[in-house]
Amino acid sequence: MLRYLARKLFIYLLTFIVAVTIDWAIPRFMPGNPVDALVSRIALMPDANAALTSYFMAAFNLDQPLWQQYLNFWWALLNGDLGRSIMLFPTPVTTLIGRALPYTLGLLLPSILLSWYVGNVVGALAARRKLLDNTVLPLGYLLTATPYMWLGILLAWVLGSSLGWFPLAFGYDQSLKAEWTWKFISSLLYHWILPFASLFLVALGGWAIGMRNMIIYELESDYANYLMALGAPQRLVRKYAFRNAMLPQITGLALQLGAVVGGALVTEIVFSYPGLGWLVLSGIQNQDYFVIQGVFLFIIVGVLLANLIVDVVYVIVDPRTRVGLQGDAA
Amino acid sequence: MTSTTGSSPAAPAAKSGRNEILYFALRNTKLVIGAIVFIVFLLGAIFGPMLATHEPLTFDAPPGLPPSADYWFGTTLFGQDVFSQFVHGLRSSFIVGALGGITAAVIGMLVGFFAGYRGGIIDEVLNMLTNVVLVIPTFAVLLVVAAYLSVRGLGTEAMFIGLTSWPWAARAIRAQTFSLTSRDFVGMARLNGESTFRIIFGEIAPNMSSYLVMTFILLFGGAILTAATLDFIGLGPTDSISLGLMMNYSVMNAALQLGMWWWFVPPGLAITAIVGSLYVMNVGLDEVFNPKLRAL
Repeated sequence: MLRYLARKLFIYLLTFIVAVTIDWAIPRFMPGNPVDALVSRIALMPDANAALTSYFMAAFNLDQPLWQQYLNFWWALLNGDLGRSIMLFPTPVTTLIGRALPYTLGLLLPSILLSWYVGNVVGALAARRKLLDNTVLPLGYLLTATPYMWLGILLAWVLGSSLGWFPLAFGYDQSLKAEWTWKFISSLLYHWILPFASLFLVALGGWAIGMRNMIIYELESDYANYLMALGAPQRLVRKYAFRNAMLPQITGLALQLGAVVGGALVTEIVFSYPGLGWLVLSGIQNQDYFVIQGVFLFIIVGVLLANLIVDVVYVIVDPRTRVGLQGDAA
Repeated sequence: MTSTTGSSPAAPAAKSGRNEILYFALRNTKLVIGAIVFIVFLLGAIFGPMLATHEPLTFDAPPGLPPSADYWFGTTLFGQDVFSQFVHGLRSSFIVGALGGITAAVIGMLVGFFAGYRGGIIDEVLNMLTNVVLVIPTFAVLLVVAAYLSVRGLGTEAMFIGLTSWPWAARAIRAQTFSLTSRDFVGMARLNGESTFRIIFGEIAPNMSSYLVMTFILLFGGAILTAATLDFIGLGPTDSISLGLMMNYSVMNAALQLGMWWWFVPPGLAITAIVGSLYVMNVGLDEVFNPKLRAL
């Protein structure tokens, strides 16, 4: 079990190093020299000009050898320094991300967990049941093929704009102050429903299809046939099949994280929801590279941490990993 | 070749493999429906731009018109023809899907074949590489890369999508190669002294060709979805129009509030239909290639 986790941890550490290296290398080795572009851009902002120019020179350490720049980058990163925002100078990028992160997590965690759970249950029910299967399967394919933002756009248009049932934009009613009152919290929830629903629905389809296929596969296996030959009730056979089918779905959860995060970013943009996606968009519109890079690192760390949690859960759920038999090819 | 398709159900057993596949392919509703939807959109992408009477990005129409005889899909808030944008966007989607899919398939095949066939230290290294790229949220990488590229073309976008989306394909192909490598015919080829390259592409690859086709289809669909997502954030091609960019423009310019559905419904619908048809075709192909699934 320790070997299994240690191997995984090694991969995550390696991934983190690769990701940070990419983050460091892109501004330096991209064609067109973005650093020049940055410096020429700030020349247009006289008030921040002097401060920013010296800041860029220090931040990129352009006068030092490359290896020194690389080490400096790591040092700043490990000290929690992701640079300062240009659009909201001199706010540190970490502050901006800290402000946006709760909104993104509030959307992501419930939609990932709930869609995974509901999708698995629906998929398991649909397998080998003609009538249900004929609705679940096409609907599932339709949902997985839908781009995240488009379902968000449709929901916003029908339920928000046309029917007026839900707000179209923002994380809470802009006339309210952010404080822990009942009025504010209910406004938060009210604005959360549509973006949550669109993320939830798109992710749901894939899980349902995956579970349905796995259950069919399990029901064809020897142990299922043997149980049925013994006259075991359908319910019991399906229960065992469900447990076995869960394992690949847990691994699948880790693999899907990146895609769901991307989906959350665009969903936030549709609803002007003040999370990381909205932050990235304003970063792109204002060419605020430090913000984009900061969000990138936060996403990497978040996805790696989530992967690690999934691995621990996997070890708990699958006894084979505990006794040293590799249950899942690492 | 087509003569068998019209004959009795007992016919395929007596015919050669290729005819048998065609026989089952034409009788597979999923495959046929998926292929029809896909071909309709493909034809739209090829011939649509010739039918369009307006340029996609010029402002020569009255703004904000709903669909009419003059402007089939209406016009944007700025007076651009939505139909023209739509068909040009379709073309972009297919180009990105094909180029991104091919790039990812080539890398995935090379990594998968060599890791699975050679084993040992090559396998370890390639496997580690695959795992690292698999765990990285590639979308976030694309975000940073695209943000720093001030001039972006369809080709670059497709290439970067391909460079980041191959790992699952490599993993799957590696597993397949691994099981084929232990078969007798591969051993015979080795004894004959054939080169690694010849064994992989002459002996192993043809025996999993159906699998490779299905992998490519999924990579194609995935590239289209990723491109649409990138475009929607505003990191799409800077020199042309795409379906994702159309959705970006419409949302950024209050099409939702104004109820201009003709601006944002067609691009999303097209992406859903194309990607959905690819997925359904994939299931259909699986049933055609895998006799075990035909009974279902």
